[in-house]
Amino acid sequence: MKRFLQALLFFVAMGLLWEALFRARLWSPVLVPSPVTVGQYLWEALRDGTLASAILVTLKRLLLGYVFGLALGLPLGLLTARFRLLADTLGLLALGLQALPSVCWVPLALLWFGQTEAAMFFVVVMGTLWSVIIATDNGVRNVPPIYARAARTMGSSGLHTWLVVILPAALPFIVGGMKQGWAFAWRSLMAAEIYVTILSGFGLGHLLHYGRELNAMEQVIGIMLVLLVIGLLADKIFFSPWERFLHRRWGTAK
Amino acid sequence: MNLPSEIAAEALSSKLSVQGVSKTYHSGARRVHALDNVSLEVGEGEFVCLVGPSGCGKSTLLSVIAGLDQADAGQVLTDGAPVVGPGRDRMVMFQESALFPWLDAIGNVMFGLRLKPGLDNAERRKVAEYYLHLVGLEKFHHAFVHELSGGMKQRVALARALAPNPRVLLMDEPFGALDALTREQLYGDIQRIWQQRKKTIVFVTHNVREAVCLGDRVVLFSPHPGRIREQFKIDLPRPRDINSVELARHATAITAALKHHVRPETEAGE
Repeated sequence: MKRFLQALLFFVAMGLLWEALFRARLWSPVLVPSPVTVGQYLWEALRDGTLASAILVTLKRLLLGYVFGLALGLPLGLLTARFRLLADTLGLLALGLQALPSVCWVPLALLWFGQTEAAMFFVVVMGTLWSVIIATDNGVRNVPPIYARAARTMGSSGLHTWLVVILPAALPFIVGGMKQGWAFAWRSLMAAEIYVTILSGFGLGHLLHYGRELNAMEQVIGIMLVLLVIGLLADKIFFSPWERFLHRRWGTAK
Repeated sequence: MNLPSEIAAEALSSKLSVQGVSKTYHSGARRVHALDNVSLEVGEGEFVCLVGPSGCGKSTLLSVIAGLDQADAGQVLTDGAPVVGPGRDRMVMFQESALFPWLDAIGNVMFGLRLKPGLDNAERRKVAEYYLHLVGLEKFHHAFVHELSGGMKQRVALARALAPNPRVLLMDEPFGALDALTREQLYGDIQRIWQQRKKTIVFVTHNVREAVCLGDRVVLFSPHPGRIREQFKIDLPRPRDINSVELARHATAITAALKHHVRPETEAGE
């Protein structure tokens, strides 16, 4: 509770500082609108439904691509850790592509898929996939061999060992990779939405883009605040429970 | 308490026969001749300690008996049947506890039981509870691995190894990392449990006193290549106290023999 109040106090103070800077008229109000104006924009967008539908469109794209990327990346990471040949081929490719800023996939996706949902999906999957492969591979390689040996003496072998021993043992690394994959997917999706207009749905990136086109700073800042809150919530809702679980079981420092 | 037949059944032990086992492995560019034509007979329910300096192949021999490593030559028989791989009749307790950190204490003990056919989950839980009680951890069923002390971890590991009711227990320096006081408690416990559950035990250590305290027989190894040099029968009454004068005298004699066998090798090798 105390920590929550501290955080609240911090953000209220930031808001007050912002309002003070606005009132000092150091910059044009077009460039630095009052937090009240931004609040009014968000309230309006919420009432006419544009905000809710944009959030829905964006999160749907993100989740779809992310889940697919995970479902593909986890088994591939296990395979590259298991087979030398795959590590030397697919593993190397993943290592290279993971370092590629995921925005770089946007031009390619546009040429291949046009201004479609498929392009968005592709970009998010590419953002997720490679870091999940690398993290899973890395996690498996860091599992102490004694775990598998102990499991073998107890009658575990083959696929059973992989599912019941190696996978859970690699979990701390895998969750780290999932988190990184999430961050990459989120970034690449925003880039794609700002970059490309797709008629099948206006996401948060589009609202941000049109805010700029219309010189509507309150919209730009408002949407950025929404993005920030979504990022925070995703971390607190999806990843914090996992990390707490790992912390409790492994006794690792947070 | 209505214990499942699993525990109530007569505890069984096996006869072990190691016949001319040799093993060489590569460590980087170096060839390590870990075992050279090693033969050893272990009787049913016998407690045998393998002693020697590090690198003498005693742990390798244990892995070969466990079926975790393959011998280059020779074979291991349990009750006349050759060992071809790991089996629930031979359970291993490792130097580090090798407990799974994502499971709690009882989850670790149940791991091997889950793979054992013919038990339902309630029975598995009962068996696991029985063994946790046997090692004195009845209050720690749901403790996670990192919450346990080193001695408690090894107790859970012991319960986990005992739970599938193996006929042979293979222990690879299980108390090496523990403090002296905890070790002494475990010497008492392991002797009590051994007498209660009648296992054949092969126990690897480099601590001569420990070997004399626990073993019916102490087998002396020397390294480069790993060979059996001498064997000592220990006839002291049980339970034995590691601090007794009688025990110390045996240990002194064996230590002298160990020094005699090992000195030339250590100067040449390590």
